Amino acid sequence: MRRNLIFILMSIEIMLNGTGVAFVAAGSRWGQPDGQIMFLFILAMAAAEVSVGLALVLRLYHLHHNLDADAANEMRG
Amino acid sequence: MEAAFYIAAIVAIVSTVLTITRSNAVHALLYLIVSLLAVAVVFYAMGAPLVAALEVIIYAGAIMVLFVFVVMMLNLGKRAAITEGQWMQGNIWLGPVLLSAVLVAEVLYLILRARLTESAGGVVDPKQVGLALYGPYLIGVELSSMLLLGALVGACHLGRPVLEKAEGRYDRNSDGARAHSGGNLIRAGARRAPNAP
Repeated sequence: MRRNLIFILMSIEIMLNGTGVAFVAAGSRWGQPDGQIMFLFILAMAAAEVSVGLALVLRLYHLHHNLDADAANEMRG
Repeated sequence: MEAAFYIAAIVAIVSTVLTITRSNAVHALLYLIVSLLAVAVVFYAMGAPLVAALEVIIYAGAIMVLFVFVVMMLNLGKRAAITEGQWMQGNIWLGPVLLSAVLVAEVLYLILRARLTESAGGVVDPKQVGLALYGPYLIGVELSSMLLLGALVGACHLGRPVLEKAEGRYDRNSDGARAHSGGNLIRAGARRAPNAP
């Protein structure tokens, strides 16, 4: 199983992109602009998510000196 | 137009599968960029030119550059040049280049030969999208601007101590000769004693 934080963020991007493709395809099927507008909102959300996520990855790397997601289980959640 | 859609979709699926099966982050990022460009061609073939352009500009141009910056930042040090040489060894560049060449040929064909109006579901042009975006969806635009502001503040807060530490490490030699400002911001950074006139 992949536990690298960079790969986790990249996979989230792939999933968001897939939902965007679904929205644009549905909007194109009915000829309405709503699908493209939802893709624009997904785009803004992905940009916000990836900036905060990569800042967190940098902090974790400076704390633990690796990128394993299991290294960040100090809260015992 | 349909053949262009299916070829771009196959390129997108192949490059995405190659993205999630690579073990090296830089190779995976290369395939992910190719995947996003293929999805942009898919959008263009589906009759959504505005979203296709934004996919290239924002996803492949801004977000992926952020990823590449972070991956390169995590590899700073003495061994960075060696590992960067190892990343590009062999025929690792061949896969992304071949997939991108398929996309380039397809885009050239679409620009030179085909017309956008031949797509299946009809074209939704940017004017329609803009009118709907600043009409019924205006509150969504405002909310996404607040979301981006929150992300900006959050990223600044999370990155600040690490960056200050790194800057202190690099600027130690240049800042050593400067006097402490002592609260006097006009003389901050001047090369003289703190209590000199």
